[in-house]
Amino acid sequence: MSAGRDPGLQRAGRDPELQRAGRDPGLQPERTRLAWRRTTLSAVVAAVLAVRTALRDGSALGVTMAALCCLLWLCFLGLAHGRIRVLSAGSPPPALAARRATAAVLCAVALAVCAAVLVV
Amino acid sequence: MSGFVDNVRLWFAPERVRDEGDTPDYRFSLANERTFLAWLRTALALIGGGFAVDQFLPDLRWAWRAGLALALLAAGVLCALRAVNHWVRCERAIRRGEDLPASRFPALLGVVVAVVAVAMVVVVLAGWEK
Repeated sequence: MSAGRDPGLQRAGRDPELQRAGRDPGLQPERTRLAWRRTTLSAVVAAVLAVRTALRDGSALGVTMAALCCLLWLCFLGLAHGRIRVLSAGSPPPALAARRATAAVLCAVALAVCAAVLVV
Repeated sequence: MSGFVDNVRLWFAPERVRDEGDTPDYRFSLANERTFLAWLRTALALIGGGFAVDQFLPDLRWAWRAGLALALLAAGVLCALRAVNHWVRCERAIRRGEDLPASRFPALLGVVVAVVAVAMVVVVLAGWEK
């Protein structure tokens, strides 16, 4: 894909008529919002499996890890929700902030570290 | 390698991405964001798979169970880190009007997932249990 250079798409994006319509016919912000929702749902699945694993052995470590996994999921939910609000607020929506992307990724990585601690 | 370190700095410094090139049509940025999220979902699925191996193959010998789970978890971590790195690189390429970065990662991930899957089938069928 040569996204940077497709003249047709670029023109469409700056088309004053399209701007006046007040809405993107491709529903790109909506699709992006739904992508954040899907990703949050994936995080739910991972977190539920994590809590199940953590609570099975019933030790103090397990309970701590379960709480930590819940906390990580809440962090992710907060990040996703913030982005969803930004996306629904204004048109055109601002680009994703690098800090938010990095924070979301770090939540996933921390979840994997919890998993490694529980498995080993 | 110094290019990678530079990218890592960009993960935390959005202003620096914004310094370069022109602001593109927002739809390109949103498409890039969705691709990033799709990779993040893949990473979360791999991490969930790691938990699932640990949970649902309890009769497996410890070494095999831990090995398979850790392989999936490591793949998930790599996938997540690569997701944000690729997102930064694409964002920059779009702003500069360059070609999007080519990547060997999808092929690599495909091979790793296939190897883990085959290993899982063999381990379960061969019944290397406790």
